[in-house]
Amino acid sequence: MSTDAVRIGAEPGKVARTVILGAVGLVFAVPILAMIEFTFRAGLGGGYTLDHWAALVDPEQNTKYRQLFTAIGNSLVLAVVTVAIVLVILLPTMILVQLQFPRLRRPLEFICIVPITVPAIVLVVGLAPVYGVVVRIFGSSAWTLAFAYGITVLPYAYRSIQANLSAVDVITLSEAARSLGANWLNVLWLVLLPNLRRGILAASLISVAVVLGEYTIASLLNRANLQTALVQVSKSDPYVAVIFALLALGLVLVLLLLISRIGSTRPGRKRT
Amino acid sequence: MTVANAPVLIDGGVGTSESRRRPVERVRRGRGLVKYLGLTPFAFYVLLFLAVPTLLALGTGFLDGDGSLTLDNITALFDPVILGAFASSFWVSALTAIVGAVVGALVCYALLGTRPDGAVRSFVDSASSVLAQFGGVMLAFAFIATIGIQGLVTVILRDRFGTDIYADGVWLYQVPGLLLPYLYFQVPLMIITFMPALQGLKPQWAEAAATLGGTRLIFWTRIAGPVLAPSFLGCLLLLFANAFSSYATAAALISQGAQIVPLQIRAALISETVLGRANVAGALALGMIVVMVVVMTSYSALQSRTARWQR
Repeated sequence: MSTDAVRIGAEPGKVARTVILGAVGLVFAVPILAMIEFTFRAGLGGGYTLDHWAALVDPEQNTKYRQLFTAIGNSLVLAVVTVAIVLVILLPTMILVQLQFPRLRRPLEFICIVPITVPAIVLVVGLAPVYGVVVRIFGSSAWTLAFAYGITVLPYAYRSIQANLSAVDVITLSEAARSLGANWLNVLWLVLLPNLRRGILAASLISVAVVLGEYTIASLLNRANLQTALVQVSKSDPYVAVIFALLALGLVLVLLLLISRIGSTRPGRKRT
Repeated sequence: MTVANAPVLIDGGVGTSESRRRPVERVRRGRGLVKYLGLTPFAFYVLLFLAVPTLLALGTGFLDGDGSLTLDNITALFDPVILGAFASSFWVSALTAIVGAVVGALVCYALLGTRPDGAVRSFVDSASSVLAQFGGVMLAFAFIATIGIQGLVTVILRDRFGTDIYADGVWLYQVPGLLLPYLYFQVPLMIITFMPALQGLKPQWAEAAATLGGTRLIFWTRIAGPVLAPSFLGCLLLLFANAFSSYATAAALISQGAQIVPLQIRAALISETVLGRANVAGALALGMIVVMVVVMTSYSALQSRTARWQR
Protein backbone atom coordinates (compact mmCIF):
# COMPACT_ATOMS: atom_id res chain seq x y z
CA MET A 1 0.00 0.00 0.00
CA SER A 2 1.47 3.30 -1.06
CA THR A 3 0.52 6.75 0.17
CA ASP A 4 -2.60 8.60 -0.92
CA ALA A 5 -0.80 10.86 -3.37
CA VAL A 6 0.23 8.13 -5.80
CA ARG A 7 -2.66 5.79 -5.25
CA ILE A 8 -4.33 4.84 -8.51
CA GLY A 9 -7.22 2.59 -9.44
CA ALA A 10 -10.35 1.51 -7.67
CA GLU A 11 -9.00 0.45 -4.30
CA PRO A 12 -10.23 2.49 -1.34
CA GLY A 13 -7.95 4.12 1.20
CA LYS A 14 -7.43 2.41 4.52
CA VAL A 15 -9.49 5.01 6.38
CA ALA A 16 -12.43 4.85 3.97
CA ARG A 17 -12.35 1.06 4.09
CA THR A 18 -12.33 0.90 7.88
CA VAL A 19 -15.04 3.53 8.25
CA ILE A 20 -17.44 1.90 5.77
CA LEU A 21 -16.92 -1.69 6.93
CA GLY A 22 -16.99 -0.65 10.58
CA ALA A 23 -20.16 1.42 10.34
CA VAL A 24 -22.15 -1.07 8.25
CA GLY A 25 -20.85 -3.99 10.31
CA LEU A 26 -21.91 -2.28 13.52
CA VAL A 27 -25.42 -1.49 12.23
CA PHE A 28 -25.80 -5.06 11.05
CA ALA A 29 -24.56 -6.49 14.33
CA VAL A 30 -27.15 -4.62 16.42
CA PRO A 31 -30.22 -6.79 15.58
CA ILE A 32 -28.24 -9.98 16.16
CA LEU A 33 -26.96 -8.66 19.50
CA ALA A 34 -30.51 -7.60 20.39
CA MET A 35 -31.69 -11.18 19.72
CA ILE A 36 -28.95 -12.58 21.94
CA GLU A 37 -29.77 -10.06 24.69
CA PHE A 38 -33.45 -10.96 24.35
CA THR A 39 -32.80 -14.66 25.07
CA PHE A 40 -31.31 -13.77 28.48
CA ARG A 41 -34.17 -11.52 29.60
CA ALA A 42 -36.02 -12.58 32.71
CA GLY A 43 -39.27 -11.04 31.54
CA LEU A 44 -40.91 -7.67 31.14
CA GLY A 45 -39.76 -6.64 34.62
CA GLY A 46 -36.10 -6.53 33.60
CA GLY A 47 -33.09 -8.46 34.83
CA TYR A 48 -31.31 -11.35 33.17
CA THR A 49 -31.55 -15.12 33.53
CA LEU A 50 -30.14 -18.28 31.99
CA ASP A 51 -33.50 -20.08 32.33
CA HIS A 52 -34.49 -19.90 28.68
CA TRP A 53 -31.27 -21.57 27.56
CA ALA A 54 -31.40 -24.07 30.41
CA ALA A 55 -34.93 -25.04 29.44
CA LEU A 56 -33.57 -26.44 26.17
CA VAL A 57 -31.68 -29.23 27.90
CA ASP A 58 -34.29 -29.80 30.60
CA PRO A 59 -36.10 -33.06 29.71
CA GLU A 60 -39.23 -31.99 31.60
CA GLN A 61 -39.60 -28.84 29.58
CA ASN A 62 -38.77 -30.64 26.37
CA THR A 63 -42.26 -32.04 26.02
CA LYS A 64 -43.41 -28.44 25.61
CA TYR A 65 -41.28 -28.11 22.53
CA ARG A 66 -42.17 -31.45 20.98
CA GLN A 67 -43.93 -29.69 18.14
CA LEU A 68 -40.79 -27.69 17.44
CA PHE A 69 -38.56 -30.78 17.48
CA THR A 70 -40.93 -32.61 15.13
CA ALA A 71 -40.75 -29.63 12.79
CA ILE A 72 -36.94 -29.59 12.95
CA GLY A 73 -37.01 -33.30 12.09
CA ASN A 74 -39.29 -32.51 9.14
CA SER A 75 -36.94 -29.79 7.93
CA LEU A 76 -33.93 -32.12 8.13
CA VAL A 77 -35.78 -34.83 6.17
CA LEU A 78 -36.82 -32.21 3.62
CA ALA A 79 -33.23 -31.03 3.32
CA VAL A 80 -32.03 -34.61 2.65
CA VAL A 81 -34.75 -35.35 0.08
CA THR A 82 -34.19 -32.00 -1.65
CA VAL A 83 -30.46 -32.67 -1.92
CA ALA A 84 -31.34 -36.12 -3.31
CA ILE A 85 -33.54 -34.47 -5.95
CA VAL A 86 -30.70 -32.11 -6.88
CA LEU A 87 -28.19 -34.97 -7.13
CA VAL A 88 -30.43 -37.50 -8.89
CA ILE A 89 -32.41 -35.26 -11.24
CA LEU A 90 -30.56 -31.96 -11.79
CA LEU A 91 -26.92 -33.11 -11.72
CA PRO A 92 -27.15 -35.93 -14.32
CA THR A 93 -29.17 -33.65 -16.60
CA MET A 94 -26.55 -30.91 -16.37
CA ILE A 95 -23.72 -33.36 -17.12
CA LEU A 96 -25.68 -34.86 -20.02
CA VAL A 97 -26.43 -31.44 -21.49
CA GLN A 98 -22.81 -30.36 -21.10
CA LEU A 99 -21.55 -33.49 -22.87
CA GLN A 100 -24.17 -34.24 -25.48
CA PHE A 101 -26.50 -31.30 -26.03
CA PRO A 102 -24.46 -28.09 -26.18
CA ARG A 103 -27.43 -26.38 -27.82
CA LEU A 104 -29.61 -27.06 -24.79
CA ARG A 105 -27.25 -25.25 -22.41
CA ARG A 106 -29.00 -21.88 -22.74
CA PRO A 107 -32.53 -23.32 -22.40
CA LEU A 108 -31.45 -25.32 -19.33
CA GLU A 109 -29.96 -22.21 -17.77
CA PHE A 110 -33.17 -20.32 -18.51
CA ILE A 111 -35.33 -23.01 -16.88
CA CYS A 112 -33.12 -23.07 -13.80
CA ILE A 113 -33.32 -19.29 -13.39
CA VAL A 114 -37.12 -19.17 -13.80
CA PRO A 115 -37.82 -19.79 -10.06
CA ILE A 116 -36.33 -16.34 -9.35
CA THR A 117 -38.90 -14.72 -11.63
CA VAL A 118 -41.72 -16.94 -10.35
CA PRO A 119 -41.38 -16.33 -6.61
CA ALA A 120 -42.54 -18.85 -4.02
CA ILE A 121 -45.56 -16.75 -3.13
CA VAL A 122 -46.79 -17.04 -6.76
CA LEU A 123 -45.77 -20.68 -7.15
CA VAL A 124 -47.67 -21.67 -4.02
CA VAL A 125 -50.97 -20.54 -5.59
CA GLY A 126 -50.55 -23.18 -8.28
CA LEU A 127 -48.86 -25.72 -6.01
CA ALA A 128 -52.00 -26.05 -3.87
CA PRO A 129 -53.93 -28.02 -6.54
CA VAL A 130 -50.78 -29.93 -7.56
CA TYR A 131 -50.32 -31.05 -3.97
CA GLY A 132 -53.93 -32.23 -3.96
CA VAL A 133 -52.73 -34.86 -6.46
CA VAL A 134 -49.37 -35.46 -4.77
CA VAL A 135 -51.06 -36.25 -1.46
CA ARG A 136 -53.33 -38.77 -3.17
CA ILE A 137 -50.31 -40.60 -4.65
CA PHE A 138 -47.63 -40.30 -1.94
CA GLY A 139 -49.70 -39.56 1.14
CA SER A 140 -49.30 -36.40 3.15
CA SER A 141 -45.98 -37.13 4.89
CA ALA A 142 -43.67 -34.20 5.44
CA TRP A 143 -41.05 -35.25 2.85
CA THR A 144 -43.39 -34.68 -0.12
CA LEU A 145 -42.84 -30.93 0.24
CA ALA A 146 -39.31 -31.57 -1.08
CA PHE A 147 -40.75 -31.77 -4.62
CA ALA A 148 -41.55 -28.07 -4.35
CA TYR A 149 -38.25 -27.28 -2.62
CA GLY A 150 -36.31 -28.94 -5.43
CA ILE A 151 -37.70 -26.16 -7.65
CA THR A 152 -36.96 -23.46 -5.07
CA VAL A 153 -33.28 -24.43 -4.84
CA LEU A 154 -32.89 -24.85 -8.62
CA PRO A 155 -31.22 -21.44 -9.30
CA TYR A 156 -28.75 -21.82 -6.43
CA ALA A 157 -27.88 -25.45 -7.11
CA TYR A 158 -27.59 -24.79 -10.84
CA ARG A 159 -25.20 -21.89 -10.32
CA SER A 160 -22.93 -23.89 -7.99
CA ILE A 161 -22.73 -26.94 -10.26
CA GLN A 162 -22.42 -24.93 -13.47
CA ALA A 163 -19.50 -22.90 -12.07
CA ASN A 164 -17.65 -26.18 -11.51
CA LEU A 165 -18.82 -27.70 -14.81
CA SER A 166 -17.51 -24.76 -16.86
CA ALA A 167 -14.17 -24.79 -15.07
CA VAL A 168 -13.50 -28.47 -15.83
CA ASP A 169 -13.17 -29.64 -19.42
CA VAL A 170 -15.62 -32.50 -19.02
CA ILE A 171 -15.78 -33.26 -22.76
CA THR A 172 -12.06 -33.91 -23.09
CA LEU A 173 -12.01 -35.82 -19.81
CA SER A 174 -14.85 -38.12 -20.80
CA GLU A 175 -13.46 -38.65 -24.31
CA ALA A 176 -10.08 -39.52 -22.83
CA ALA A 177 -11.69 -41.99 -20.44
CA ARG A 178 -13.83 -43.46 -23.23
CA SER A 179 -10.83 -43.92 -25.53
CA LEU A 180 -9.06 -45.78 -22.74
CA GLY A 181 -11.98 -48.19 -22.67
CA ALA A 182 -14.07 -46.97 -19.78
CA ASN A 183 -17.81 -47.45 -20.05
CA TRP A 184 -20.20 -44.60 -19.32
CA LEU A 185 -20.78 -45.65 -15.75
CA ASN A 186 -17.04 -45.61 -15.07
CA VAL A 187 -16.66 -42.25 -16.80
CA LEU A 188 -19.34 -40.80 -14.60
CA TRP A 189 -18.29 -42.41 -11.35
CA LEU A 190 -14.49 -42.41 -11.61
CA VAL A 191 -13.82 -39.37 -13.78
CA LEU A 192 -16.63 -36.80 -13.82
CA LEU A 193 -18.03 -36.91 -10.30
CA PRO A 194 -14.62 -36.66 -8.57
CA ASN A 195 -13.86 -33.61 -10.71
CA LEU A 196 -17.21 -32.04 -9.92
CA ARG A 197 -17.23 -32.81 -6.20
CA ARG A 198 -16.65 -29.19 -5.23
CA GLY A 199 -19.65 -27.94 -7.19
CA ILE A 200 -21.75 -30.85 -5.98
CA LEU A 201 -20.88 -30.18 -2.35
CA ALA A 202 -21.55 -26.45 -2.69
CA ALA A 203 -24.89 -27.14 -4.39
CA SER A 204 -25.87 -29.56 -1.61
CA LEU A 205 -24.93 -27.16 1.18
CA ILE A 206 -26.71 -24.19 -0.36
CA SER A 207 -29.78 -26.39 -0.90
CA VAL A 208 -29.74 -27.37 2.77
CA ALA A 209 -29.49 -23.69 3.75
CA VAL A 210 -32.37 -22.67 1.51
CA VAL A 211 -34.59 -25.54 2.69
CA LEU A 212 -33.92 -24.80 6.37
CA GLY A 213 -34.94 -21.17 5.79
CA GLU A 214 -38.05 -21.82 3.73
CA TYR A 215 -41.29 -20.45 5.14
CA THR A 216 -43.62 -19.31 2.34
CA ILE A 217 -44.57 -22.63 0.74
CA ALA A 218 -44.73 -24.59 3.99
CA SER A 219 -46.92 -22.08 5.76
CA LEU A 220 -49.38 -21.60 2.91
CA LEU A 221 -49.68 -25.34 2.26
CA ASN A 222 -50.23 -25.87 6.00
CA ARG A 223 -47.09 -27.97 6.46
CA ALA A 224 -44.88 -27.93 9.53
CA ASN A 225 -41.21 -27.13 9.04
CA LEU A 226 -38.60 -25.33 11.12
CA GLN A 227 -39.69 -21.82 10.14
CA THR A 228 -43.45 -22.32 10.48
CA ALA A 229 -42.89 -23.95 13.88
CA LEU A 230 -40.74 -20.99 14.96
CA VAL A 231 -43.62 -18.63 14.16
CA GLN A 232 -46.02 -20.91 16.04
CA VAL A 233 -43.78 -21.20 19.10
CA SER A 234 -43.00 -17.47 19.11
CA LYS A 235 -46.63 -16.79 19.95
CA SER A 236 -46.46 -18.75 23.23
CA ASP A 237 -42.73 -18.69 24.07
CA PRO A 238 -40.85 -16.00 22.12
CA TYR A 239 -37.59 -16.72 23.98
CA VAL A 240 -37.31 -20.27 22.72
CA ALA A 241 -38.29 -19.16 19.22
CA VAL A 242 -35.47 -16.59 19.19
CA ILE A 243 -32.98 -19.12 20.61
CA PHE A 244 -33.78 -21.59 17.85
CA ALA A 245 -33.69 -18.86 15.22
CA LEU A 246 -30.20 -17.92 16.44
CA LEU A 247 -29.05 -21.55 16.43
CA ALA A 248 -30.39 -22.05 12.90
CA LEU A 249 -28.69 -18.84 11.81
CA GLY A 250 -25.39 -20.02 13.27
CA LEU A 251 -25.73 -23.42 11.61
CA VAL A 252 -26.43 -21.91 8.20
CA LEU A 253 -23.55 -19.45 8.59
CA VAL A 254 -21.23 -22.39 9.23
CA LEU A 255 -22.61 -24.19 6.15
CA LEU A 256 -21.95 -21.14 3.98
CA LEU A 257 -18.48 -20.57 5.43
CA LEU A 258 -17.80 -24.18 4.42
CA ILE A 259 -19.00 -23.40 0.90
CA SER A 260 -16.66 -20.43 0.62
CA ARG A 261 -13.81 -22.63 1.92
CA ILE A 262 -14.56 -25.22 -0.76
CA GLY A 263 -14.91 -22.55 -3.41
CA SER A 264 -11.69 -20.72 -2.71
CA THR A 265 -9.30 -23.65 -2.78
CA ARG A 266 -7.01 -22.37 -5.49
CA PRO A 267 -3.54 -23.39 -6.39
CA GLY A 268 -1.11 -21.09 -4.66
CA ARG A 269 -3.40 -20.81 -1.70
CA LYS A 270 -1.40 -23.44 0.15
CA ARG A 271 1.49 -21.05 0.43
CA THR A 272 -0.28 -18.87 2.93
CA MET B 1 -20.06 -51.08 -60.91
CA THR B 2 -17.13 -49.16 -62.33
CA VAL B 3 -18.98 -45.88 -62.01
CA ALA B 4 -19.92 -46.68 -58.47
CA ASN B 5 -16.37 -47.65 -57.66
CA ALA B 6 -14.86 -44.60 -59.30
CA PRO B 7 -14.93 -42.31 -56.25
CA VAL B 8 -13.52 -45.11 -54.19
CA LEU B 9 -10.63 -45.36 -56.55
CA ILE B 10 -10.03 -41.62 -56.43
CA ASP B 11 -9.98 -41.34 -52.67
CA GLY B 12 -10.25 -44.78 -51.25
CA GLY B 13 -9.75 -43.70 -47.68
CA VAL B 14 -13.05 -41.85 -47.48
CA GLY B 15 -14.93 -44.71 -49.05
CA THR B 16 -13.68 -47.29 -46.61
CA SER B 17 -14.26 -45.13 -43.62
CA GLU B 18 -17.71 -44.35 -45.03
CA SER B 19 -18.62 -48.03 -45.13
CA ARG B 20 -17.09 -48.64 -41.74
CA ARG B 21 -19.00 -45.78 -40.13
CA ARG B 22 -22.38 -47.26 -40.86
CA PRO B 23 -22.67 -49.68 -37.92
CA VAL B 24 -21.17 -47.08 -35.64
CA GLU B 25 -23.81 -44.62 -36.80
CA ARG B 26 -26.54 -47.10 -36.04
CA VAL B 27 -25.18 -47.54 -32.54
CA ARG B 28 -25.02 -43.80 -32.17
CA ARG B 29 -28.58 -43.32 -33.30
CA GLY B 30 -29.66 -45.97 -30.84
CA ARG B 31 -27.77 -44.21 -28.09
CA GLY B 32 -29.28 -40.94 -29.33
CA LEU B 33 -32.69 -42.13 -28.21
CA VAL B 34 -31.29 -43.22 -24.85
CA LYS B 35 -29.60 -39.83 -24.69
CA TYR B 36 -32.93 -38.05 -25.01
CA LEU B 37 -34.43 -40.47 -22.48
CA GLY B 38 -31.82 -39.18 -20.05
CA LEU B 39 -33.40 -35.74 -20.24
CA THR B 40 -36.90 -36.93 -19.41
CA PRO B 41 -36.71 -37.11 -15.59
CA PHE B 42 -35.68 -33.46 -15.35
CA ALA B 43 -38.15 -32.36 -18.01
CA PHE B 44 -40.95 -34.28 -16.32
CA TYR B 45 -40.07 -32.90 -12.89
CA VAL B 46 -39.83 -29.28 -14.04
CA LEU B 47 -43.06 -29.67 -15.99
CA LEU B 48 -44.94 -31.03 -12.97
CA PHE B 49 -43.62 -28.78 -10.25
CA LEU B 50 -42.66 -25.57 -12.07
CA ALA B 51 -44.60 -25.23 -15.34
CA VAL B 52 -47.91 -26.69 -14.16
CA PRO B 53 -48.09 -24.70 -10.87
CA THR B 54 -47.11 -21.48 -12.66
CA LEU B 55 -49.75 -21.99 -15.34
CA LEU B 56 -52.34 -23.01 -12.73
CA ALA B 57 -51.53 -19.93 -10.66
CA LEU B 58 -51.91 -17.66 -13.67
CA GLY B 59 -54.85 -19.58 -15.14
CA THR B 60 -57.08 -19.57 -12.06
CA GLY B 61 -57.09 -15.78 -12.30
CA PHE B 62 -59.32 -16.15 -15.34
CA LEU B 63 -61.76 -18.65 -13.79
CA ASP B 64 -64.74 -18.06 -11.55
CA GLY B 65 -65.92 -20.34 -8.74
CA ASP B 66 -67.62 -22.75 -11.17
CA GLY B 67 -64.62 -23.04 -13.45
CA SER B 68 -65.93 -20.98 -16.35
CA LEU B 69 -63.96 -18.16 -17.92
CA THR B 70 -64.32 -14.71 -16.45
CA LEU B 71 -62.45 -11.46 -16.25
CA ASP B 72 -63.98 -10.57 -12.88
CA ASN B 73 -60.83 -11.48 -10.92
CA ILE B 74 -58.70 -9.38 -13.22
CA THR B 75 -61.00 -6.39 -12.77
CA ALA B 76 -60.84 -7.08 -9.03
CA LEU B 77 -57.15 -6.15 -9.34
CA PHE B 78 -58.26 -2.56 -9.85
CA ASP B 79 -60.07 -2.54 -6.55
CA PRO B 80 -58.70 0.40 -4.49
CA VAL B 81 -57.54 -1.94 -1.69
CA ILE B 82 -55.54 -4.13 -4.05
CA LEU B 83 -54.19 -1.14 -5.97
CA GLY B 84 -53.13 0.24 -2.61
CA ALA B 85 -51.31 -3.01 -1.83
CA PHE B 86 -49.49 -2.83 -5.17
CA ALA B 87 -48.57 0.79 -4.46
CA SER B 88 -47.22 -0.12 -0.99
CA SER B 89 -45.26 -3.04 -2.44
CA PHE B 90 -43.82 -0.72 -5.09
CA TRP B 91 -42.62 2.00 -2.75
CA VAL B 92 -41.26 -0.38 -0.11
CA SER B 93 -39.39 -2.34 -2.81
CA ALA B 94 -38.14 0.78 -4.59
CA LEU B 95 -36.97 2.55 -1.44
CA THR B 96 -35.22 -0.50 0.06
CA ALA B 97 -33.72 -1.33 -3.36
CA ILE B 98 -32.22 2.16 -3.78
CA VAL B 99 -30.88 2.45 -0.22
CA GLY B 100 -29.75 -1.18 -0.25
CA ALA B 101 -27.97 -0.75 -3.57
CA VAL B 102 -26.12 2.40 -2.47
CA VAL B 103 -25.04 0.99 0.91
CA GLY B 104 -24.21 -2.41 -0.62
CA ALA B 105 -22.12 -0.78 -3.34
CA LEU B 106 -20.21 1.19 -0.70
CA VAL B 107 -19.46 -2.04 1.18
CA CYS B 108 -18.29 -3.68 -2.06
CA TYR B 109 -16.02 -0.68 -2.67
CA ALA B 110 -14.57 -1.02 0.83
CA LEU B 111 -14.12 -4.77 0.31
CA LEU B 112 -11.96 -4.11 -2.76
CA GLY B 113 -9.23 -3.15 -0.31
CA THR B 114 -9.28 -6.54 1.40
CA ARG B 115 -7.56 -9.71 0.20
CA PRO B 116 -9.91 -11.74 -2.07
CA ASP B 117 -9.16 -14.96 -0.17
CA GLY B 118 -8.77 -13.28 3.21
CA ALA B 119 -10.85 -13.90 6.31
CA VAL B 120 -12.75 -10.58 6.11
CA ARG B 121 -13.92 -11.22 2.55
CA SER B 122 -14.96 -14.79 3.14
CA PHE B 123 -16.83 -13.88 6.34
CA VAL B 124 -18.67 -10.98 4.68
CA ASP B 125 -19.51 -13.21 1.70
CA SER B 126 -20.93 -16.00 3.86
CA ALA B 127 -22.77 -13.69 6.25
CA SER B 128 -24.26 -11.89 3.25
CA SER B 129 -25.50 -15.13 1.71
CA VAL B 130 -27.04 -16.13 5.04
CA LEU B 131 -28.90 -12.85 5.46
CA ALA B 132 -29.92 -12.59 1.80
CA GLN B 133 -31.26 -16.13 1.47
CA PHE B 134 -32.04 -17.27 4.98
CA GLY B 135 -33.49 -14.10 6.52
CA GLY B 136 -37.23 -14.54 6.41
CA VAL B 137 -38.85 -15.26 9.75
CA MET B 138 -35.59 -14.75 11.66
CA LEU B 139 -35.46 -11.09 10.54
CA ALA B 140 -38.91 -10.42 11.96
CA PHE B 141 -37.71 -11.81 15.33
CA ALA B 142 -34.50 -9.79 15.15
CA PHE B 143 -36.29 -6.52 14.58
CA ILE B 144 -38.94 -7.20 17.22
CA ALA B 145 -36.03 -7.76 19.65
CA THR B 146 -34.32 -4.58 18.42
CA ILE B 147 -37.01 -2.00 17.77
CA GLY B 148 -40.09 -3.77 19.11
CA ILE B 149 -42.01 -2.05 21.89
CA GLN B 150 -39.66 -3.62 24.47
CA GLY B 151 -36.75 -3.92 22.01
CA LEU B 152 -33.15 -3.27 22.99
CA VAL B 153 -32.75 -0.09 20.93
CA THR B 154 -36.25 1.18 21.74
CA VAL B 155 -35.63 0.84 25.47
CA ILE B 156 -32.15 2.39 25.35
CA LEU B 157 -33.39 5.35 23.30
CA ARG B 158 -36.33 5.82 25.65
CA ASP B 159 -34.50 5.46 28.98
CA ARG B 160 -31.13 7.01 28.14
CA PHE B 161 -31.97 9.60 25.50
CA GLY B 162 -35.60 10.31 26.19
CA THR B 163 -36.68 9.74 22.58
CA ASP B 164 -39.69 7.54 21.98
CA ILE B 165 -39.50 6.11 18.46
CA TYR B 166 -43.15 5.15 18.80
CA ALA B 167 -44.39 8.59 19.89
CA ASP B 168 -46.72 8.64 16.89
CA GLY B 169 -47.88 5.05 17.32
CA VAL B 170 -46.26 1.67 16.74
CA TRP B 171 -45.16 1.49 13.10
CA LEU B 172 -43.12 -1.74 13.26
CA TYR B 173 -46.14 -3.90 12.45
CA GLN B 174 -47.23 -1.61 9.58
CA VAL B 175 -45.75 -1.11 6.12
CA PRO B 176 -43.04 1.37 7.28
CA GLY B 177 -41.90 -1.31 9.74
CA LEU B 178 -40.85 -3.46 6.76
CA LEU B 179 -38.21 -0.97 5.63
CA LEU B 180 -35.48 -1.79 8.17
CA PRO B 181 -35.90 -5.60 8.07
CA TYR B 182 -35.97 -5.49 4.25
CA LEU B 183 -32.77 -3.43 4.18
CA TYR B 184 -31.25 -6.14 6.33
CA PHE B 185 -31.50 -8.57 3.41
CA GLN B 186 -31.22 -6.04 0.55
CA VAL B 187 -27.75 -4.77 1.47
CA PRO B 188 -26.30 -8.34 1.68
CA LEU B 189 -27.91 -9.28 -1.65
CA MET B 190 -26.31 -6.20 -3.23
CA ILE B 191 -22.92 -7.24 -1.82
CA ILE B 192 -23.24 -10.73 -3.33
CA THR B 193 -24.43 -9.60 -6.75
CA PHE B 194 -22.41 -6.41 -7.24
CA MET B 195 -19.03 -7.63 -5.96
CA PRO B 196 -18.15 -9.63 -9.12
CA ALA B 197 -18.72 -6.54 -11.29
CA LEU B 198 -16.52 -4.39 -9.08
CA GLN B 199 -13.81 -7.06 -9.08
CA GLY B 200 -14.00 -7.04 -12.88
CA LEU B 201 -12.47 -3.56 -12.97
CA LYS B 202 -9.07 -4.23 -14.46
CA PRO B 203 -6.03 -2.64 -12.79
CA GLN B 204 -4.71 -1.96 -16.31
CA TRP B 205 -7.52 0.55 -16.90
CA ALA B 206 -6.52 2.47 -13.80
CA GLU B 207 -2.85 2.32 -14.83
CA ALA B 208 -3.68 3.51 -18.33
CA ALA B 209 -5.72 6.40 -16.94
CA ALA B 210 -2.94 7.33 -14.52
CA THR B 211 -0.31 7.18 -17.29
CA LEU B 212 -2.38 9.62 -19.30
CA GLY B 213 -2.51 11.95 -16.29
CA GLY B 214 -5.98 11.09 -15.04
CA THR B 215 -6.79 11.56 -11.39
CA ARG B 216 -8.74 9.07 -9.29
CA LEU B 217 -11.80 11.27 -9.71
CA ILE B 218 -11.49 11.03 -13.49
CA PHE B 219 -10.96 7.28 -13.24
CA TRP B 220 -14.21 6.90 -11.29
CA THR B 221 -16.33 9.31 -13.35
CA ARG B 222 -15.04 8.49 -16.84
CA ILE B 223 -14.02 4.82 -16.65
CA ALA B 224 -15.27 2.87 -13.64
CA GLY B 225 -18.59 4.73 -13.46
CA PRO B 226 -19.75 4.05 -17.02
CA VAL B 227 -18.45 0.45 -16.94
CA LEU B 228 -20.24 -0.29 -13.68
CA ALA B 229 -23.46 1.61 -14.45
CA PRO B 230 -25.36 -1.21 -16.22
CA SER B 231 -24.35 -3.68 -13.52
CA PHE B 232 -25.41 -1.29 -10.76
CA LEU B 233 -28.79 -0.69 -12.39
CA GLY B 234 -29.20 -4.44 -12.95
CA CYS B 235 -28.50 -5.16 -9.30
CA LEU B 236 -30.93 -2.39 -8.35
CA LEU B 237 -33.64 -4.16 -10.37
CA LEU B 238 -32.76 -7.51 -8.81
CA LEU B 239 -33.10 -5.96 -5.36
CA PHE B 240 -36.46 -4.50 -6.33
CA ALA B 241 -37.66 -7.90 -7.53
CA ASN B 242 -36.33 -9.51 -4.37
CA ALA B 243 -38.22 -7.16 -2.05
CA PHE B 244 -41.33 -7.21 -4.22
CA SER B 245 -41.61 -11.01 -4.03
CA SER B 246 -40.50 -11.43 -0.43
CA TYR B 247 -43.14 -12.92 1.85
CA ALA B 248 -41.74 -14.54 5.01
CA THR B 249 -40.53 -11.42 6.85
CA ALA B 250 -43.74 -9.51 6.19
CA ALA B 251 -45.91 -12.50 7.11
CA ALA B 252 -44.13 -13.02 10.42
CA LEU B 253 -44.18 -9.30 11.25
CA ILE B 254 -47.65 -8.27 10.05
CA SER B 255 -50.28 -10.68 11.29
CA GLN B 256 -53.22 -8.33 10.84
CA GLY B 257 -54.27 -7.02 7.46
CA ALA B 258 -52.75 -7.35 4.02
CA GLN B 259 -50.92 -4.16 3.16
CA ILE B 260 -48.59 -5.53 0.47
CA VAL B 261 -49.25 -7.84 -2.48
CA PRO B 262 -47.77 -11.08 -1.06
CA LEU B 263 -49.94 -10.59 2.04
CA GLN B 264 -52.96 -10.01 -0.21
CA ILE B 265 -52.22 -13.42 -1.78
CA ARG B 266 -52.09 -14.95 1.70
CA ALA B 267 -55.44 -13.35 2.56
CA ALA B 268 -56.98 -14.60 -0.69
CA LEU B 269 -55.62 -18.14 -0.20
CA ILE B 270 -56.69 -18.47 3.43
CA SER B 271 -60.16 -17.03 2.93
CA GLU B 272 -61.08 -19.62 0.33
CA THR B 273 -64.40 -20.07 2.05
CA VAL B 274 -65.34 -16.47 1.39
CA LEU B 275 -67.28 -16.50 -1.83
CA GLY B 276 -65.54 -15.22 -4.94
CA ARG B 277 -62.15 -14.66 -3.27
CA ALA B 278 -60.56 -18.02 -4.13
CA ASN B 279 -59.45 -17.09 -7.63
CA VAL B 280 -58.37 -13.59 -6.72
CA ALA B 281 -55.11 -15.19 -5.57
CA GLY B 282 -54.59 -16.27 -9.18
CA ALA B 283 -55.23 -12.75 -10.45
CA LEU B 284 -52.82 -11.32 -7.85
CA ALA B 285 -50.23 -13.90 -8.87
CA LEU B 286 -50.70 -12.80 -12.47
CA GLY B 287 -50.17 -9.17 -11.48
CA MET B 288 -47.00 -10.08 -9.61
CA ILE B 289 -45.66 -12.16 -12.48
CA VAL B 290 -46.18 -9.29 -14.92
CA VAL B 291 -44.11 -6.99 -12.69
CA MET B 292 -41.47 -9.70 -12.10
CA VAL B 293 -41.11 -10.56 -15.80
CA VAL B 294 -40.66 -6.90 -16.75
CA VAL B 295 -38.10 -6.34 -13.99
CA MET B 296 -36.17 -9.57 -14.53
CA THR B 297 -36.06 -9.14 -18.33
CA SER B 298 -34.53 -5.68 -17.89
CA TYR B 299 -32.16 -7.20 -15.34
CA SER B 300 -30.86 -9.87 -17.70
CA ALA B 301 -30.54 -7.32 -20.52
CA LEU B 302 -28.41 -5.13 -18.24
CA GLN B 303 -26.42 -8.17 -17.04
CA SER B 304 -25.46 -9.12 -20.58
CA ARG B 305 -24.26 -5.52 -21.16
CA THR B 306 -22.13 -5.90 -18.03
CA ALA B 307 -20.71 -9.22 -19.22
CA ARG B 308 -19.07 -7.38 -22.13
CA TRP B 309 -16.46 -5.93 -19.78
CA GLN B 310 -15.88 -9.06 -17.75
CA ARG B 311 -14.07 -11.16 -20.32
